Amino acid sequence: MLPDQNQEIIVSVNAVSKSYYRGNQPVPVLEEITFDIARGEYLALMGPSGSGKSTLLNLIAGIDTVDSGSIFVDGLDIALLSEAELAAWRAANVGFIFQFYNLIPVLTAYENIELPLLLTALTRRERREHVETALAVVNLTDRAEHYPSQLSGGQQQRVAIARAIVTDPTVLVADEPTGDLDRVSAGEILGLMSRLNSDFGKTIIMVTHDPRAAEKAHVIRHLEKGVLSDVST
Amino acid sequence: MSFATWKKAYSAMFLLKLLSRNAFRHRLRTLLTILGITVAILAFGLLQTVVSAWYAGVNASSAARLISRNSISLIFSLPISYQERIRRIEGVSSVSYANWFGGVYINEKNFFPNFAIEPQGYLALYPEFVLEPSQKQAFISDRKGCVIGRKLAERFGWKIGDGLTLKGTIFPGNWEFVVRAIYTGADKSTDESQFFFHWDYLNESLKKTMPRRADQTGIYLIGLTNPQAAAEVSMAVDATFKNSLAETLTETEKAFQLSFVSMTEAIVIAIRIVSFVVIIIIMVVVANTMAMTARERIGEYAIFKAMGFQWYHVAGMIFGESLFISITGGGLGILLTFPVAHKFGEVMGQFFPIFQVESSTLYMDMFFCLIVGVIAGVFPAMRAIKINVADGLRRIG
Repeated sequence: MLPDQNQEIIVSVNAVSKSYYRGNQPVPVLEEITFDIARGEYLALMGPSGSGKSTLLNLIAGIDTVDSGSIFVDGLDIALLSEAELAAWRAANVGFIFQFYNLIPVLTAYENIELPLLLTALTRRERREHVETALAVVNLTDRAEHYPSQLSGGQQQRVAIARAIVTDPTVLVADEPTGDLDRVSAGEILGLMSRLNSDFGKTIIMVTHDPRAAEKAHVIRHLEKGVLSDVST
Repeated sequence: MSFATWKKAYSAMFLLKLLSRNAFRHRLRTLLTILGITVAILAFGLLQTVVSAWYAGVNASSAARLISRNSISLIFSLPISYQERIRRIEGVSSVSYANWFGGVYINEKNFFPNFAIEPQGYLALYPEFVLEPSQKQAFISDRKGCVIGRKLAERFGWKIGDGLTLKGTIFPGNWEFVVRAIYTGADKSTDESQFFFHWDYLNESLKKTMPRRADQTGIYLIGLTNPQAAAEVSMAVDATFKNSLAETLTETEKAFQLSFVSMTEAIVIAIRIVSFVVIIIIMVVVANTMAMTARERIGEYAIFKAMGFQWYHVAGMIFGESLFISITGGGLGILLTFPVAHKFGEVMGQFFPIFQVESSTLYMDMFFCLIVGVIAGVFPAMRAIKINVADGLRRIG
């Protein structure tokens, strides 16, 4: 499903280029990338290693900066934001799901999920309500007081998803969310992400190598050597 | 309390919880670091207390007293006839005299300071030696009587009425005494390990055995009507005996005590240097611990930053953890300083009669705890703040 003219564009990537430097030698990673993502879209970015898909995800999520071009998210050009402004923007607008879950090991599942809410103006009671809702969505209410080391990989990734959605962000970005999971757990996580998209209308941008994961997305974009090569729905 | 204040307090509590749990993530490493700080602060506290004990005599000396001695050296004496001439000098309120006796009890191991004094004037000049009036009178009335400090009495189990013999080293012979009074210090800085007896007892013996050394004293102790006039009175005393056979050198009691300390100043400086080196070493150890910690957690800091936490949140976590470790270790070190110093003071009492942890030492302990915590956190915090989020996330996995 490609965004049509009636759909609201939530992310607009315009002629974005990015290079990394090996010594003084620039190594182009992305070249003149342009595409839009509609609100509520579930996009999968695919491509071989080194194709620039994670870099593109990082740029959209505001954890890296473009060399040229612009990225508008919900009407805001995030390339113009300072580092501190970007951090505040990410806290309110982006939910992260990582391949290795990246939970804080010394915090319980509940505390991990509560973490992003500490940056909001919510009261303690409101925060509790948000955390409990997020735990219920990922079906881990009974594991709230468990530490990450006491949870399976799939459960840890569900906690990470709960942490990503607890602030009700504009977009969810997922970098290989099933890359470290067995087949069954991966299926559960993909099911959960589909539900977040279909039931809660979350816009999801997912980087994956896994064709089965990509199948769940509405739109699949292929990157090849820093250039968008193909799009399928 | 406003909502914003509550929120800040809760966030601070959450941060405290996080950093205390982080601190004990590598329990053995953290415990060893804390132990290192504890030992360092304890060593620093003890060494500083040794230095304070070295200066105890100086600190306890009065600004209202002068000491006059032979200008050539302390080992040369002054004629007893000087007393009346000094008394007549303007600004002098009272004059007494004393002689270092240098006697030992049984053998040299049982060292303690002992002086032959002129009792009435001396005790009047030293109100910090507190005696019961009846005991004081008993001492004054008995030429073979002696006054001993409370600690000295406890050390040898001496009681009022006990007889004892000192072996003279400067004044040969066996000298017999009866304990007539036991003094206590007016405050903690008073040395309670001294021994005083009648100068007359010494002098009468010398008249018989070594008449050439009789009617001489080691030092004069001069009370002032106005402590501000110490310099003028000192000069007046020395001018009085200028060009005599025994010229005097008069100085404040503090300067007199300092002249003793200055003889061993190199040792004091060495102790001071060692105490600060100990702190520098532990600072490097804690900095190393924090550097290892930050290197291991660089990915986590990137996650915090990705979630929207600002640089000061990340810096707060690192400084907080560093301070948590240094304050815990330092606090334990400070607490242990008191019993260890007490025990040390008991064992080394004959060398350091006043061995107490001063408040300035505690302030320095606390200051260094904070400094160690802050400096150890600086470089790891800078590294964590500078790390690019994307680069940090790439290090996970």
